[in-house]
Amino acid sequence: MMASSYNAKEEDGHHPGSSNHGGTGPSSSKKPDNTAFKQQRLPAWQPILTAGTVLPAFFIIGLIFIPIGIGLYVTSNNIKEFEIDYTGVEPDSPCYICAQNFSWNSTTPCICTVNFTLQQPFENNVYMYYGLSNFYQNHRRYVKSRDDKQLNGDLNNLEDPSSDCEPYRKIGGKAVAPCGAIANSLFNDTLDLSYVESNGTLNSIDLQRKGIAWWTDKHVKFKNPAGSNLSVAFQNTVMPVNWRNPVYNLDPSDPDNNGFINEDFIVWMRTAALPTFRKLYRIIPKKSGAASTLPSGSYRLKIAYNYPVLSFDGRKRMILSTISWMGGKNPFLGIAYITVGSICFFLGIVLLIINHKYGNRSSSADIPN
Amino acid sequence: MGSVVSSFGNLCGKEKKQEEERHLRANDRPFNLSYLYANNAIKTSKYNVFTFLPLNLFEQFTRLANAYFLFLLLLQLIPQVSSLSWFTTAVPLILVLSMTAVKDASDDINRHRCDRQVNNRQVNVLTDGELKKEKWMNVQVGDIVKLESNHFVTADLLLLSSSEPLNLVYVETAELDGETNLKVKQALTVTGEMGDNIEALSTFRGEVRCEPPNNRLDKFKGNLTVNGQTYGLDNDKILLRGCTLRNTEWCFGLVIFGGPDTKLMQNSGKTTFKRTSIDHLMNVLVLCIFGFLGTMCFVLAIGNAIWEVKEGSVFTAFLPREAGVNAALSSFLSFWSYVIVLNTVVPISLYVSVEIIRLGNSFYIDWDRKMYYPKNDTPAQARTTTLNEELGQIKYIFSDKTGTLTQNIMTFNKCSINGKNYGELFDFSGQRVEVTEKTQRVDFSWNQLADPNFIFHDYSLLETVKEGNPEARAFFRLLALCHTVMPEEKKEGELNYQAQSPDEGALVTAARNFGFVFRSRTPETITIMEMGRKVTCELLAVLDFNNVRKRMSVIVRSPEGKMTLYCKGADTIIYERLHPSCKKLMDVTTGHLNEYAGDGLRTLVLAYKDLEESYMDGWRQRHHEASTAMEGQEEMLNELYEEIEKDMTLLGATAVEDKLQDGVPQTIEQLAKADIKIWVLTGDKQETAENIGYSCNMLREEMKDVFIVAANTAEGVKEELQNARRKMCPEAAEEPSVIKARAGLFWLQKTETVRDEKVDGDYGLIINGHSLAFALEKDLELELLRTACMCQTVICCRVTPLQKAQVVQLVKKYKQAVTLAIGDGANDVSMIKAAHIGVGISGQEGMQAVLSSDFSFAQFRYLQRLLLVHGRWSYLRMCKFLRYFFYKNFTFTFVHFWYAFFCGFSAQTVYDEWFITLYNLMYTALPILSLCLFDQDVNDRWSFQYPQLYSPGQLNMYFSKKAFVRCMMHSCYSSLILFFIPWAAMHDTVRDDGRDIADYQSFALLAQTCLLVVVSAQLCLDTHYWTTVNQLFVWGSLATYFAVTFTMYSNGMFLIFTSVFPFIGTARNSLNQPNVWLTIFLISLLCILPVVALRFVLLQIRPTINDKVRHMVGKEVLPSPAPRRPPARRISTRQSGYAFSHSQGYGNLVTSQGFLLKRPLKGRSILFTQTDSALAENKPQQYRTITEEVEESQSSHSW
Repeated sequence: MMASSYNAKEEDGHHPGSSNHGGTGPSSSKKPDNTAFKQQRLPAWQPILTAGTVLPAFFIIGLIFIPIGIGLYVTSNNIKEFEIDYTGVEPDSPCYICAQNFSWNSTTPCICTVNFTLQQPFENNVYMYYGLSNFYQNHRRYVKSRDDKQLNGDLNNLEDPSSDCEPYRKIGGKAVAPCGAIANSLFNDTLDLSYVESNGTLNSIDLQRKGIAWWTDKHVKFKNPAGSNLSVAFQNTVMPVNWRNPVYNLDPSDPDNNGFINEDFIVWMRTAALPTFRKLYRIIPKKSGAASTLPSGSYRLKIAYNYPVLSFDGRKRMILSTISWMGGKNPFLGIAYITVGSICFFLGIVLLIINHKYGNRSSSADIPN
Repeated sequence: MGSVVSSFGNLCGKEKKQEEERHLRANDRPFNLSYLYANNAIKTSKYNVFTFLPLNLFEQFTRLANAYFLFLLLLQLIPQVSSLSWFTTAVPLILVLSMTAVKDASDDINRHRCDRQVNNRQVNVLTDGELKKEKWMNVQVGDIVKLESNHFVTADLLLLSSSEPLNLVYVETAELDGETNLKVKQALTVTGEMGDNIEALSTFRGEVRCEPPNNRLDKFKGNLTVNGQTYGLDNDKILLRGCTLRNTEWCFGLVIFGGPDTKLMQNSGKTTFKRTSIDHLMNVLVLCIFGFLGTMCFVLAIGNAIWEVKEGSVFTAFLPREAGVNAALSSFLSFWSYVIVLNTVVPISLYVSVEIIRLGNSFYIDWDRKMYYPKNDTPAQARTTTLNEELGQIKYIFSDKTGTLTQNIMTFNKCSINGKNYGELFDFSGQRVEVTEKTQRVDFSWNQLADPNFIFHDYSLLETVKEGNPEARAFFRLLALCHTVMPEEKKEGELNYQAQSPDEGALVTAARNFGFVFRSRTPETITIMEMGRKVTCELLAVLDFNNVRKRMSVIVRSPEGKMTLYCKGADTIIYERLHPSCKKLMDVTTGHLNEYAGDGLRTLVLAYKDLEESYMDGWRQRHHEASTAMEGQEEMLNELYEEIEKDMTLLGATAVEDKLQDGVPQTIEQLAKADIKIWVLTGDKQETAENIGYSCNMLREEMKDVFIVAANTAEGVKEELQNARRKMCPEAAEEPSVIKARAGLFWLQKTETVRDEKVDGDYGLIINGHSLAFALEKDLELELLRTACMCQTVICCRVTPLQKAQVVQLVKKYKQAVTLAIGDGANDVSMIKAAHIGVGISGQEGMQAVLSSDFSFAQFRYLQRLLLVHGRWSYLRMCKFLRYFFYKNFTFTFVHFWYAFFCGFSAQTVYDEWFITLYNLMYTALPILSLCLFDQDVNDRWSFQYPQLYSPGQLNMYFSKKAFVRCMMHSCYSSLILFFIPWAAMHDTVRDDGRDIADYQSFALLAQTCLLVVVSAQLCLDTHYWTTVNQLFVWGSLATYFAVTFTMYSNGMFLIFTSVFPFIGTARNSLNQPNVWLTIFLISLLCILPVVALRFVLLQIRPTINDKVRHMVGKEVLPSPAPRRPPARRISTRQSGYAFSHSQGYGNLVTSQGFLLKRPLKGRSILFTQTDSALAENKPQQYRTITEEVEESQSSHSW
C-alpha cells in the first residue's frame, strides 16, 4: 500500500584518504568512523502515502471484507439455536413457584418442567448451554476468590487454602474444598431433556456430561488430591456452604468425573468475562445414520430448580445450539465485516474524489523558498 | 580517615558559611588549625559502601516519577485495594531503580578511585625545617610545599619563590579553563629572595589575610605581612590547584586554600541545569494526566458506589461483602484500586526512554563525520545529552563574531605605502581582477627565510621593495621591528613566530616575506635580516599597546646609530599625532583606508619619527624614573609616551583580512531560510562588526535600510529606536501587544509574550554597546525588542559579556522562543549559559566557551548541520516518541475504563497481569526506541535543500497540548474499538467444539493480543524510515509476545508456579480459533484504516512542507546545487575598522632581562604555547594563509 524508495548509500563527501589531514595520522585521529549506522545512513525503505497505494488498498480491503462478511453471516445464520428462559419471573412461567419459594435450606429440590417446540431439526452434535445474566462472574473479588493450588491437588492448600478464598476459606476450623466464592456459587440446577413423542410419551435424551471442559483444564489445571479414594482424600475438608453434595460426589453416575476434575465444576470455575454468559452444560451427540440429533417437535425440559438468581435480578436460560467452524451463532462478525468492507469501498471512492480534486497539490513543487 | 577529616572540615566550612576573611600564618600549624580550615583532601564521591543504598534510594525517590511508583507499590500492598499483583509495579520500578543505581554506583566508584589517586599524590612539604614527602590529603593550610616542573599544583598556593629569574613561574591551566597556552605568575620580591633556602623558608612566618574561599578564577584579594611590612597580593601571585607547573625547575608555595576550598573545587559545583521546552511541557502534561487519572478514578468510584447499591447489595449471596465494607467504603477503595489499574497513563518507562533517546541522538552528533574538522582533529561533541530536541526548535541565534564567524586568522592583504596602493590586481584595461585560487602568486623563493604559506598576488610591491624604495623599506622595517612577537628557530632557517595577536603575526610575516625577516630578539636588541643583510638594532624602549592608547611604538637605534620611533596604531589615533607636513599623504591614505574598510579589512596606520640623541637621553632618564616609581607609574609613563609619540611621519597603512570561516555566508543564508534570526553580539568596533555583517551576508545592499543606534542618552536611544520602528512599520501601535499567559507547573509562572510584527522588506539594525546599556533598561527593553525583532539582522557591537547575556535573557523572556548562543571565547560564556542552548566553537581562543557549552564543534558552518539535520531529526523523533508513547499507554489504559462498566466497577483488569507488567518493558519498548533512533523524514541532503523543513519545530507543531489532546482522542477511539469489538464478537460465542471461549482469560488474551497488534501497526504507520533494525524490533517484539505468552500459559510454568500463572492453556485454546483471528484482523483494520484515510486526506488537502518534500524525494533526484553566487563587492565609504584582538601586550616581559637570557640555555621551546600538547602541534601557524581544505567544505555548504 505504500510507495517505496530505496535509500542507497550516499557519498558523504569524504574520501578515504582524508583522515590524514588531521596531521596526527589516521591511527590517533578522532575522526568518527564512517559506518552507515554512525552516519545515520542505514539503508532504509521510506514508504509514503500516495494515491497509488492508498486507494487500491482501500478497494482491495473492501473487496476482501465483503465476501468474508457474507460467508460469516451465512455460516452464522445456518447455525440453529434455541433459547429458553426458565428463570420464572412471570407468574405464568412454569418455574415461578420454584423461583418464589426458593430457600437455601430446602433439602428436596423444586422441580419444574418447561415444554417447548423445535421448529427445525438440529443436525450433528447439539450443545446444551445454561446461560446466566446479570451475574458478575468477572467481579474482581469474585475472580480472585479461588485457590489454584488447591484445585491442582496440592495437599497443603487443600487443608489450608489461600486467604484469597475468604470468606469461604474455612468453616468451623475445617478447610473448605473447593474454597472460594466461585466454587461456592457453582451452578447446580439439573436440566433433563426429553423428546415428547406425538403420542405423548417422553423419550429421554442422552446428555453427555463429559467433554465439556478444556482439555488443559481437565488434565493440567485441575487435579484431585492424591489418594486412591476421593472421599478419604477430602475427609479433612468440608464442602462449600451452598453445596448439596460434597465435591467427591458431584457426579454419582461416573466416579471419574468427581472431585476437582468434575467437568461441570471445571466449566464453572472458568469465570466468564462478562456479566451475561453461557456455559456448556451437556453435549447431545450426533445420532448414527441420517436421523437428526434433535428432530423437530415437542420437548420437555425438566429442571431441578436449585439456583437462585431472582434476588439479584438475574436470569437463567437453557440454550440448544449447533456449531460451525466459527463456533456458535454470532452474526456480529459477519455484519461487521460486511460493514467495514462497504465503508472501505465507500471511503476509497471518497478518497478517489478528493485525490482527483486536490491531488496535484502535494505533488506540485510549490515549496516557498 | 582522610575523607572523614575532610568531610568534617566540609561540615565546618558549611557551618561557618560566613567566613569573611581567611587568616593564616606560614609554618604554624597550631595557629592555622584553630580556624578549622579544610585540609587538602578532596571528596567528590557521594557515597560509601554503607551509605550507598539508603542515600541512592533516597535520591532516586526524590524524583517525582519514582516516588509515584513507590506510592503505587505501597497501595498495592493493601489487600482491599490491590487490584494488581505487586509485581506489576515492582518489576518495572526495580528495573529502573537498579539501572540507575548501577550507573550511579559505577560513577561513584570512578570518583572514589579518582579521589584516592589524587589524595595520595606525593608532594614535598616543609616540616620541621626539612622537606618531607607527604600525601596531598595531609597538606594543611599554612604549609609550605615545593613543586617541581610538570607537577600538578597541590592546592591554591601563594607563590613564594621560584628557580626562575624575577621569581617567575609558568603554569598551564588546561585543567582549569582548558587553555593550553602558558601563563606567567610572579612572586613578591620579598618572598622570592628566600629562593630555595630551606632554613629561610622554614622560619618564614608570613601572615596572610585574604578573601574567603570563592570560585572566581581570575580574582584574588589579600595581603601578606612579613616582618611588619604588608604587601598586597593579587591573582598573579597565586597558583591555583588544577594548574600544571611548566618550564620551571622548582618553586615554593604557601598553601592558602586546601581541598574543597580551592577555586577548582569551588568551581566544580553545581552547574545550572538546562531543561528543554518539551521537558516543561511534559511536566505539565504529566500533571494534567494525574488530574485526568483522578477524574477517571472518581467517575469509576461513583460508578462503583451505584453498582454496590443497586447490584452488589443483592448479589451478596454469591459474592458477600467483606466485613464492615459498605457501598461508600467500597467506592472509596475502588477509587484507589483504579488508581493502581490506570496507573499506566503515567508510565514509568517514559522518563527512562526519553533519556535513552536523547543519549542516542547525542551520540549521533559525536559521530558525525560531517561535523568533524580534520585540521585540528576535532569532532563535534554533545556535551549535554538532554537538550537535543531543542536543537530542532531554535528561533534566535546569538553569535559572537571573532573566532566564531571569523577564523581569527589574519592575512596581510593590502597595503598603502606612501600614498600608493598595493595588493590589488588589474588587467590591461585597468579593470580589477578577482583574486581566485588560480591567480598567480608572488614568488618569494629568492628569500631563504620566507614563510612558504604566505600568499600575495601583487608583484609590484615586491618590485618596489627590491628597487630600494626608501618608504617601502621603512614600511617593512617598521613591521619587522615594532611588535612583541617571539621568534623561534629550531633549525636554521625554520622560523616560527609566537604572536599574541594574530594581526601582529600577519604583519611580521608579511615583512618577513618581503625581505625584512625578524630573526631573534634579546631584551636589548632585535635582529632582523634586511634583504639578506643581518642588522641588529638596539631596542631602547617598547611603548606598549593598550586599549586606551590603541597604538604601539618601539624606539630603536640602528647599527648606524640613528634613533627612530616606529609606531603603528588605529588611524584616528595616529592621524592626531602626525606632523602637519603629511597632510597630503594623509588624504590619499584615508582614501585607501576607506576602500580597505569597505572590503571588510582591518587596518593599521604606520608612522615613524627620527629622534635626536640629546632629547632621547633625557627622555630615557625620565622613562627609567617613571617605570621604577612606586606610585602613579602608569600615568607618568602615559605622559611620557604622549610626549614622544607626536609629530610623526606617515608611512602608510596595512590592511589585514580577518578571514571569515568557511561557509559562513552560506550557513547564515541557510539558517535565514529556516526562519532563524541571527543576532551578532560582538565586542568589536561598530565598523568592524558592520563590515563582517556585510561580508557574511547578514547585511545586504538590497536591504531597505540599516538603522544605526548610537546615542549617548536614554532619550536619544529611545528616539532612535522608535524612529526605526515607525519607519519599518508606520501603522504599528505605539504600545507593544503583549500576550499575558501562564505556564509551567501549576500555571504558577507568568509569561509575557511580545507578538511578532509583520514588516515589509528587510531591515538591519546596528546598536552599539553604549546605547545597548540604555536600551536594556527596564523602560526601554520592550522598545528594543520590538524594533530588533522587526529587523532581519541585528548586530550589537562593543558589548560586554554581561550585556550579551542580558540580550539573550531579554529575548528569552519576551519571545518565549528557543534561543541558541554560539561563541568561542571567555567573553561568550555568559551568553552561552544564558541561552537555552550554548554552542562552543572549539577554536583558537581557548576552551572556556566549550567548557560551559552544551554542544561544541570546530567550525561555525557545522551549526547548520547541527540544527537543520540533527536538531530537526531529534525534535521529530522526540515528538514522534511522545505522541506514540502517550497513544499506546492511553489506549492500553482506556480499555480498562470501558471494561469497568461490565465488571461492576470492581477494578478488574482486562489483561493478564503479566502482560501489564511486560507491556511497556518488553513488548513495546524496543520498536519505539528503534523508531526514535533511526527515523528521518528526509535525509540530510534534502534537509539542507529545504531549510524550510525546520519551521514546524519552531512553531511547536509536532508536539503540543493540542497534539496531546489529539493523541488522547485517537487513543479513545482505539480503545473503544479494542474493547467493544471483542465484546460484541465474543459475548455469546463458543469455540468450534462447543466449549467456552467467552471466559475472562480468553477475553483478556484476545484484548491484549489485539492491543499489541494495533499499537505495532500504528508504529509501522508512524515509521518513515524502515531500516532492518526497525523490522527486526517490530517483528521481534510481536514474536516475543507470542513466545512469552505461550511459555507463561504452558503446563510447565503452571505446575512450577501454580498461583502465579493461572492462565494455563488459554493461548492454545483460543488462538487456534478462526473467529479469534478474524476478530484480531477486524480490530487492527478498524484502528488503522481511519488513520490512514485521515492522513491521506490531509496530505491531499493540506499537505505540509514535510509532505511535499517527502513526495519529491519519492520521485525525484536531488536537484543539483545552484551555482554559488560570487559575493558582490561593496562600494562603500565606511570608516576604517581597526581592532587588536589582544589586551595589554607582553612588552614588559619581552624586555625583561632574565627571562630571555636564560632561554637558550634551558632549551625551552616557546613562551606562549606549549609545544607538546596535541593541540599545538596540529594548530596551524595562526597568521598563515591557509588554503581551506576543499573536500571538507564541499559536502556541507556547496549549495
